[in-house]
Amino acid sequence: MHTSACTELKVLDLVPFGLTSGEARFYALRLERPDWGTWAPGQFVMLRPAGWALDMLWARPFSICRVSRRDLVIFFQVVGRGTRRLAELHAGDTVHVWGPLGNSFAVEPDTPTLLLAGGIGIAPFIGYVHEHPKPWNVWMDFGHRMPLGCYPFDSISDRIMADTHMEECPEDLQKFIDLLGSRMAEFAEKQGLVLACGPTPFLKTVRDLALHHGVRTQLSLETRMACGVGACLGCVCRTTEKWPDPAKAEGRVQTCTSGPIFWADQITFDEA
Amino acid sequence: MDLSVTIPGGLHPLALRNPVLTASGTFGYGVEFEPYGDLTALGGIVVKGLSLKPRLGNPMPRVAETPCGMLNAVGLQNDGVECFINEKLPRLPWRELPVIANIYACDPGEFGELAAVLAAEEGVAALEVNISCPNVKEGGILFGQDARQAARVTEAVKMRAGAKPVIVKLSPNVTDIVTMARAVEDAGADMLSCINTLSGMGVDIRTRRPLLANVIGGLSGPAIKPVALRCVWQVSRAVSIPVIGIGGIASAEDVLEFILVGAHAVQVGTANFMRPDFAFRLVDELNELCDRMGITDWDAFRGSLKA
Repeated sequence: MHTSACTELKVLDLVPFGLTSGEARFYALRLERPDWGTWAPGQFVMLRPAGWALDMLWARPFSICRVSRRDLVIFFQVVGRGTRRLAELHAGDTVHVWGPLGNSFAVEPDTPTLLLAGGIGIAPFIGYVHEHPKPWNVWMDFGHRMPLGCYPFDSISDRIMADTHMEECPEDLQKFIDLLGSRMAEFAEKQGLVLACGPTPFLKTVRDLALHHGVRTQLSLETRMACGVGACLGCVCRTTEKWPDPAKAEGRVQTCTSGPIFWADQITFDEA
Repeated sequence: MDLSVTIPGGLHPLALRNPVLTASGTFGYGVEFEPYGDLTALGGIVVKGLSLKPRLGNPMPRVAETPCGMLNAVGLQNDGVECFINEKLPRLPWRELPVIANIYACDPGEFGELAAVLAAEEGVAALEVNISCPNVKEGGILFGQDARQAARVTEAVKMRAGAKPVIVKLSPNVTDIVTMARAVEDAGADMLSCINTLSGMGVDIRTRRPLLANVIGGLSGPAIKPVALRCVWQVSRAVSIPVIGIGGIASAEDVLEFILVGAHAVQVGTANFMRPDFAFRLVDELNELCDRMGITDWDAFRGSLKA
């Protein structure tokens, strides 16, 4: 379908976001454009700096934020030792990148489409709203905990109607969940499409609401990955009886090669 | 130099283009890595462990990164041997490079059955018997920690494996690996591969949870290389069948280290996760390193450690 390859790319720059919030924890990493044929929003790359010695062996998976004629951009939050080290990259450093990997979000130009993003889950939607042929049919609700300046929200709100919902106290979480419910009910009524990306508890909520309201919904899963190409079996998720291949229904499939985008009714978060 | 090597294996030696094989569980069924290099440039492929019936494997999380290594408790998830034969094997260039089937079963009888199924496949060059998986409850490492059990499994596989060379993969999680090696050699193993992962675990003090749902898993990667070298050194001196070295190989120098202590060939595992073209590049680097060091004859270099 598409060709993947492992390439060595130079860092163009690393731009911190939300410096006003104190310690910079969010970054846009801009790399040379790889020699890819095509890519689609929702796909991801595996990325490992050439300078990493043997202490950290794995590459890290990141949604593709945007690909232009000149560059490949990913957006990340510092959450552990890998991303902390990525935040030390400088212009001119070399990183090993393989991709584009996995499948992509549904694009249905004439279907009202609702993007639900939680925190750093906003990343793949930047590419989505820029590639979508009819952005006036796309809306977003963005839930976040850090100040808005930490996220590349402007590049979304420049293109589509987007609302933000900041969680400042525990009550805000329930308000956001209620809002998700009413928005998804609305899109169920217009026979719309819902696409969600964010932390797993957020995706669980979206999945439950999708099944409750009967709205077609895709989820972009996030998980640890060692290889990104289907070999390590470290990123599997459970399928339901709705999985299209009967041999894999109610079984396990790799998030990297069968996803990372899944229809909400075809997978479950219940681990057994 | 010409990197080719022949691993003696009774009536059916394994002829490899070079001594670099990929280790089971780290290279899928090979086809996953086709976009990243020419599979036929490798010495051989050892496929993900196969069982008679499909296995779902362990719950998530199954993998965790550790300093210079990783832990896994995948639990032998696979689609079963029939699926491998019908869907994966035909897509592999098995006429051009040895494809080795890694097999796992719960008892010697089932091991024999599995061996018989694969013995009939022209595309399978050899069988690697997994008596050392630390991540499954029944069988697995139990066979690998008891010399009599290991011998029974080896005999069961040998009896049904026809002309296929039988490689037994040893566990480092034993008091004396030499005892195990001798037991399976006496039971008819044609070759040995060592080592499988070291039993280990990791925890998160903030969540107070283990890093793996299975709690205990297998440690692999450069962190275990010194243990692997020691095992290959001890075993290759104690047995007369060839040994394939596995454990933390991450450079061409590492390949030569294993051959220096007595290995005929090596398997590259966790390093395949550093980048998917790792094994392909390793073959090129090995070629250059041998040229630089003036190594021209594996037989002369193998086991030539001055100790």
